[in-house]
Amino acid sequence: MEFKFNEREETFCQEVESFLNSALPPDWAEKNVSWPGGYASIGYKGDDALEAIARYRKKLIEKGWNTISWPREYGGREYSYVEQAIFDERTSYYRAPILDVIAVGMVAPTILRVGTVEQKKKWIPRIANGEISMWLGYSEPNAGSDLAGIQTKAVQEGDEYVINGQKVWSSGAHVTDYAWLIARTDPDAPRHKGVSFFLVDNKSPGITIRPLVNILGEHHFNEVFFDNVHVPKENLIGEKNKGFYHLMTALDFERVILVGIGGFKRVFEELVAYVKQTKREGLPLSNYPSVRLKLARIATEIEAGYLLVWRTAEMLDKGLSPTVESSALKLVATELSRKMAEVAMDILGPYSLIDEETELTPFRGLAPRGFLDCISATIGAGTSEIQRNIIAYRGLGLFKL
Amino acid sequence: MNLDFSEEQRILRKSAKDFFTRESPELLIRGMRKDETGHDLELWKKMADLGWLGVIIPEEYGGTGGTFMDLTILLEAMSEACLSGPFFSTVVLGANTILLAGTEDQKKNLLPEISEGRQVFALALSDPGNWNETENIRTPAKQDGPEYIIDGVKHFVENAHVADKIICAAQIEDHNGRQPGLTLFLVETGSPGVEIRPFRTLAYERYCQVVFRAVRIKLNDVLGTVGKAGPSLETLLERAAVAKCAEMLGAAQMSLDLAVAYAKERVQFGRPIGSFQAVQHHLANMAVDVDCMRNLTYQAAWRISEGLPAGTEAAMAKAFTSEAAARVTRFSHQVHGAIAFCDEHNLHFYYRKVKAAGLTFGDSETHLEKVARSLGL
Repeated sequence: MEFKFNEREETFCQEVESFLNSALPPDWAEKNVSWPGGYASIGYKGDDALEAIARYRKKLIEKGWNTISWPREYGGREYSYVEQAIFDERTSYYRAPILDVIAVGMVAPTILRVGTVEQKKKWIPRIANGEISMWLGYSEPNAGSDLAGIQTKAVQEGDEYVINGQKVWSSGAHVTDYAWLIARTDPDAPRHKGVSFFLVDNKSPGITIRPLVNILGEHHFNEVFFDNVHVPKENLIGEKNKGFYHLMTALDFERVILVGIGGFKRVFEELVAYVKQTKREGLPLSNYPSVRLKLARIATEIEAGYLLVWRTAEMLDKGLSPTVESSALKLVATELSRKMAEVAMDILGPYSLIDEETELTPFRGLAPRGFLDCISATIGAGTSEIQRNIIAYRGLGLFKL
Repeated sequence: MNLDFSEEQRILRKSAKDFFTRESPELLIRGMRKDETGHDLELWKKMADLGWLGVIIPEEYGGTGGTFMDLTILLEAMSEACLSGPFFSTVVLGANTILLAGTEDQKKNLLPEISEGRQVFALALSDPGNWNETENIRTPAKQDGPEYIIDGVKHFVENAHVADKIICAAQIEDHNGRQPGLTLFLVETGSPGVEIRPFRTLAYERYCQVVFRAVRIKLNDVLGTVGKAGPSLETLLERAAVAKCAEMLGAAQMSLDLAVAYAKERVQFGRPIGSFQAVQHHLANMAVDVDCMRNLTYQAAWRISEGLPAGTEAAMAKAFTSEAAARVTRFSHQVHGAIAFCDEHNLHFYYRKVKAAGLTFGDSETHLEKVARSLGL
């Protein structure tokens, strides 16, 4: 039993730290306003932000770290799950730009697992080089938690599939190259069977992308309409009609350790620093017992989150199935996103309501942003209720109705 | 990073579980709660023979030289079986205090008494009106020639009524004219002036009020060095808190297991109640709580075993577990419905135990304050 990094893990952790220190501008973390766990906002402020992001991206790809988990033969490093978790923790702690989770983290591993030789040749190198970015075409107006209820159709016509339907909550569809789309290829099969994965070029005729403005007033996700969109049949990835099966296996656990737990630690440290310097009725906020207790509770839950990350990762490395642990992690981290936002608002009092950057705005305006953004945390990528269902069915062996 | 038990630890866990299963089909507390002393001498001897009483005592002092993690594993299994008796006060409190504060001679003389099951120990810390064992201890001890005289009252001295020796924390008055020094005294329970009154408590534990009426203690029976008990006690309290977490963990896991089993078999509205989402979500929340408390408790226990600083980790474990275990037992009752509101059902023993453990050796807010301080607040 070892509740600490082994030598290899420690070395890697330090390597990631020095990379981040060299690849990001020195004040990068302080300028970022994204709230950990939230899906809606990735707030990089300033004109130089785009440049810094491009530079970081280039360096990351040069180092081969965007494909950190891939098999060596495809340019990856075959790092363990614990090492991936370390990478995720450190990059989130430094608020490093998040580069294409979809193409690199989801699509490529799927292609590597179930794609044909030609598909691997066609897609993998370009994904590895960061040449292609993707958006996730899963949710539909009638299919959110109930993903099996999707209605977007893909009908084979000769050498092509013709796609008709609609996707929603399509984050980044307006700024990416391809859709990773799940569509119904056999309307007569039971709901879970008869869906397939496609890679669809965003530039295809028939695709309409309509912005949806989120409650932070920002444009991140979209509605996307598919009106007789033609896709070459080679763009069907994996076995036809086996889409759900591909979705549920393997990737299911992997993505979950990447909760960006370091981001929680970072915000928390900033909040602690803030309460030590800020006075209420002449006393530092940190003197107030209610403030101390609230922050101590958050610190304890962050620690619980960290241990769930390591536990889930090391179980995966051992070939075990972290059925309870991975859902517990998602549940705990996202609920923590909400709790921390609520604590921040409470501690900062009415000043937390100031929603623009002024000399009176506390904590760089993070609290009201977080208070709104945390709503998405417990809903996106599997609601808290779905996570509890999964824990109940798969972890505790209770029955689905 | 490896959060699993080693092979030896797995074996220890299994043998502890098997032992208690063989020992009694019923929870041990059920029979012992009405017992006059709550101390089963035969069982005590068996545990001594297994080496459990000496689990954290080094071999050179007659123990098996195990780690704090080994102790944690035993405590978890003991809690699951609802063991009654002075294991906690003798081994967790007594042995640890002697190891932390005692002189070499005292360790040589006292520790084998523990590991071989010959003497039971109790620890007297809390002054009346102190919510926590860590608050200011003011029981006075005066030097009188070759002896000290203790005059005072201690509350929550677990198992004093079956103890051979009580380790009593007191402040020596005017020690060399300087500030009083916190000192630990070894008191024979049979000494003149020692009055012990056990209370019946929620979890059927025997917490005693101990009155020290001009009790005389020889200089030799100062445990360790006069006036220097503070740091040892701080470490002892840290270990005791984590040990309580181990007890809460065992009780919580059993409560979860009972609730899941019940949800699968209890049929209402034509289906097992475990097929209703409200019930599933209670159980899922409980499973997450148990997972988190397990990770936090083991982390603290591991750090103690490795001799690493564990103050923050112990405080986080106790703060979290005290609350989480209470949630788990509470919701287990909820899932069980009326059936577990009967004395005949085992669940209330775990519900009681978790509450008692949550309130002793620092409740959650006490430990959250420790966490706050460790954050620099």
